[in-house]
Amino acid sequence: MYKILEKEVFSPIIKLMVVEAPKVAKSCQAGQFVILRIHEEGERIPLTIADFDRKKGTITIVFQEVGKTTEQLGAMEAGDYIKDFVGPLGLPSHIENFGTVLVVGGGVGIAPVHPIARELKNAGNHVIGVIGSRTKDLMFWEDKMREACSELHVTTDDGSYVRKGFVTDVMKEIIEDTGKDNINLVLAIGPQPMMRACCNLTKEYGLKTIVSLNALMVDGTGMCGCCRVSVGGVTKFVCVDGPEFDGHEVDWLELARRGAYFREEEQRARERAKEEHSCQCECGGGK
Amino acid sequence: MNDGPKPRPDNAPKTQPQSKIVPQKNPMPAQDPVVRSKNFNEVALGYSPETAIAEAKRCLQCKKEPCRQGCPVEVDIPAFLKLASQGDFAGAIAKIKEKNALPAVCGRVCPQETQCEKYCTLGKKHEPVGIGRVERFCADWELATGVKIPEVAPPTGFKVAVVGSGPAGLTCAADLAKLGHKVTVFEALHVPGGVLMYGIPEFRLPKAVVQAEVENLKKLGVDIEVNSVVGKFTTVDQLMEEEGYDAVFIGTGAGLPYFMNIPGENLCGVYSANEFLTRTNLMKAYQFPDWDTPIKIGRKVAVLGGGNVAMDAARTALRLGAEESWIVYRRSEKELPARHEEVEHAHEEGVKFAFLTSPTKIFGDDNGVVTAMECLKYELGDPDASGRRSPVPIPGSEYVMEVDTVVVAIGQGPNPLVPRTTKGLEVSKKGNIVANLETGATSKTGVYAGGDVVTGAATVILAMGAGKVGARSIHDYLSKK
Ligand SMILES: Cc1cc2nc3c(=O)[nH]c(=O)nc-3n(C[C@H](O)[C@H](O)[C@H](O)COP(=O)(O)OP(=O)(O)OC[C@H]3O[C@@H](n4cnc5c(N)ncnc54)[C@H](O)[C@@H]3O)c2cc1C
Ligand SMILES: Cc1cc2nc3c(=O)[nH]c(=O)nc-3n(C[C@H](O)[C@H](O)[C@H](O)COP(=O)(O)OP(=O)(O)OC[C@H]3O[C@@H](n4cnc5c(N)ncnc54)[C@H](O)[C@@H]3O)c2cc1C
Ligand code: SF4
Ligand code: FES
Repeated sequence: MYKILEKEVFSPIIKLMVVEAPKVAKSCQAGQFVILRIHEEGERIPLTIADFDRKKGTITIVFQEVGKTTEQLGAMEAGDYIKDFVGPLGLPSHIENFGTVLVVGGGVGIAPVHPIARELKNAGNHVIGVIGSRTKDLMFWEDKMREACSELHVTTDDGSYVRKGFVTDVMKEIIEDTGKDNINLVLAIGPQPMMRACCNLTKEYGLKTIVSLNALMVDGTGMCGCCRVSVGGVTKFVCVDGPEFDGHEVDWLELARRGAYFREEEQRARERAKEEHSCQCECGGGK
Repeated sequence: MNDGPKPRPDNAPKTQPQSKIVPQKNPMPAQDPVVRSKNFNEVALGYSPETAIAEAKRCLQCKKEPCRQGCPVEVDIPAFLKLASQGDFAGAIAKIKEKNALPAVCGRVCPQETQCEKYCTLGKKHEPVGIGRVERFCADWELATGVKIPEVAPPTGFKVAVVGSGPAGLTCAADLAKLGHKVTVFEALHVPGGVLMYGIPEFRLPKAVVQAEVENLKKLGVDIEVNSVVGKFTTVDQLMEEEGYDAVFIGTGAGLPYFMNIPGENLCGVYSANEFLTRTNLMKAYQFPDWDTPIKIGRKVAVLGGGNVAMDAARTALRLGAEESWIVYRRSEKELPARHEEVEHAHEEGVKFAFLTSPTKIFGDDNGVVTAMECLKYELGDPDASGRRSPVPIPGSEYVMEVDTVVVAIGQGPNPLVPRTTKGLEVSKKGNIVANLETGATSKTGVYAGGDVVTGAATVILAMGAGKVGARSIHDYLSKK
């Protein structure tokens, strides 16, 4: 059992938790993820390591409530226990001094981008950060990102905070201003459509772009193949060969389709959980 | 050979002391095929005490114990059958456990027909003794009445890490613990048991049986740390250099699924057998939405392959509600590598077979969901190096088979995680860890390996045997330290 030590509510649907998991904290690196299971009947879901504290033995996760498991997790509080929490999984981000790196976080993707930006800067890179969210209420970690990056640009889709525009609009301006030859690498993490749009943009400039793929997963150790995706025409397992890949090589359509395959079932599970939750007994709502 | 008259009980005394011979096995009570193909309850229901005694009494107590030579861990079969025949089930199970740490599992899933029972004297003219069935009864009897924990030697002060909690790892851990070593098992998944938990279906091996066996190991003082992927949170080298483990046993199995590498294999609705079975067994997708993990099945399922894994997947598909479940296999029925009993069960439950057939392409709809496969017919050509007649495609024989789900069950290889992160550990071309089969020793001092990770996908009992060998060698190694 893994204890939730802290909980922070960024918005009604985006939450942070600090979880006691010394084994994971001891060896994890930026870019890796964990798989957790809340309770005995629960699903195994992957979440990126947003931060860690080796001394305290803790892992920070930031998640968006999109379905049954993330909603149930969101309903848990500091002091509660998560049944299973395994990691670090996946390969760490490749960190070296590339020169100038454009680091982009969209939505809940701001969280996983943060430790990578920090490491890139520590490695001597000039890190230009771009973070964006749909609206002001969904923005978080602006302060942490400002610290992790050499410079930071903030945007909201609806213009309710700082400026109006998608992260790709800001990226385009930066690339034009800085000159594409002065940017050595792009890293983009966020919802699939956002990463895809970033890749479409950077392809025009011939800028290599690393993305972190969120394929459906079961075990996360290379045993089931559920997470497979075509990269450059070759089948890769996101959980062990990734999660980071060259975004220009990813078969985005396949990834999106595979991700949507269980949508009906996910919907059913979510509605059922809501019904259970709304019962008037003192069960605490769901499990 | 077969041209003589069939032995009849009334003319048998001329050649044999008839009083003792009972020509046929006591049948195993089983769920009706039609009923069971819709549920996940265990198919074989197990003997009653009376039947178990009657079956054990069939044993001739041969001096030469040929059955025993057929057992990879050399269980003293005649001795346990004798005890069982006297109704001394406690004695019988104690006898079995001298050699076999997981009898409730082995009694259910061992291929006895190619092991002990194959060599049984009775089997020459009649049916062999149902050794596995009596073994299962004794083990279940013990689980139901309370397990006696064997004695553990005083602590030696040595620490051993076991990587992987499949039958190889669990057996190795049990033997080392009994010898007084402090054993910690690291398991990647959230429950111990390996394939016994995630692969072999509930209807053949109830998960409660596996967990009961695991609980018994814990009582020996074995620590099992789940959610622990070696090669990720730590490495074999770190375990030995930083965590103070004196030796390591690697039993990480063959968990890497192979695919066909044909177009369309990444469409939705194409699963590896591992994913299909893991969702169902480990994550209990058959109880969705009470359990959270879903599985989608559709009307018609095609399972590619002909081994036990394929049979398990095809039978699972029926239970998940498929109207048709097909085994699509490149060779003919005779070459099916699956156990005869599993093929029989599959037939009885209504699994259909497309022999001499292999898919070349998988088609999908606008959402990327499987709709059909293009298949090629094969014929059997000349025997290959292994003596099996190899399948040769018939040109122009392509046809389209409509399917909603495809399960790829063409084999598994070793997971490269541990070999890749362990310095100086030799692996074969196929990625298997190279280990001496007689000692389990690898190219790295203090590191031993066994089970599927060494041999490639094999059997539970062979993995257990390798676990035993590893434990013995580790004990010798530590004793000399
Ligand atoms: C390596 C990796 C790292 C991730 N890191 C984070 C993270 O740091 N924060 C975060 O909020 N989410 C992250 N995700 C996504 C997260 O795993 C899913 O949101 C979660 O599994 C949804 O579970 P659920 O039961 O709440 O929703 P479900 O009911 O299972 O799904 C609801 C919706 O989410 C989509 N979905 C389900 N699983 C995934 C998935 N694995 N990836 C993307 N979409 C999915 C479904 O298609 C559906 O539309 C990550 C995914 C991967 C593979
Ligand atoms: C569907 C199916 C049906 C089968 N049916 C039969 C049958 O009827 N009879 C029979 O005799 N055999 C059967 N087999 C074969 C048998 O199950 C295997 O030969 C046996 O389980 C191998 O045991 P093992 O201990 O070597 O490995 P496994 O059982 O594979 O266990 C390995 C364990 O190691 C863990 N692991 C892997 N990597 C790591 C890591 N890096 N860190 C920590 N843990 C790790 C895995 O999660 C797993 O739990 C079947 C196999 C399958 C897949
Ligand atoms: S070979 Fe058969 S009959 Fe002979 S001892 Fe073994 S089980 Fe009994
Ligand atoms: S999640 Fe199972 S192989 Fe990647």
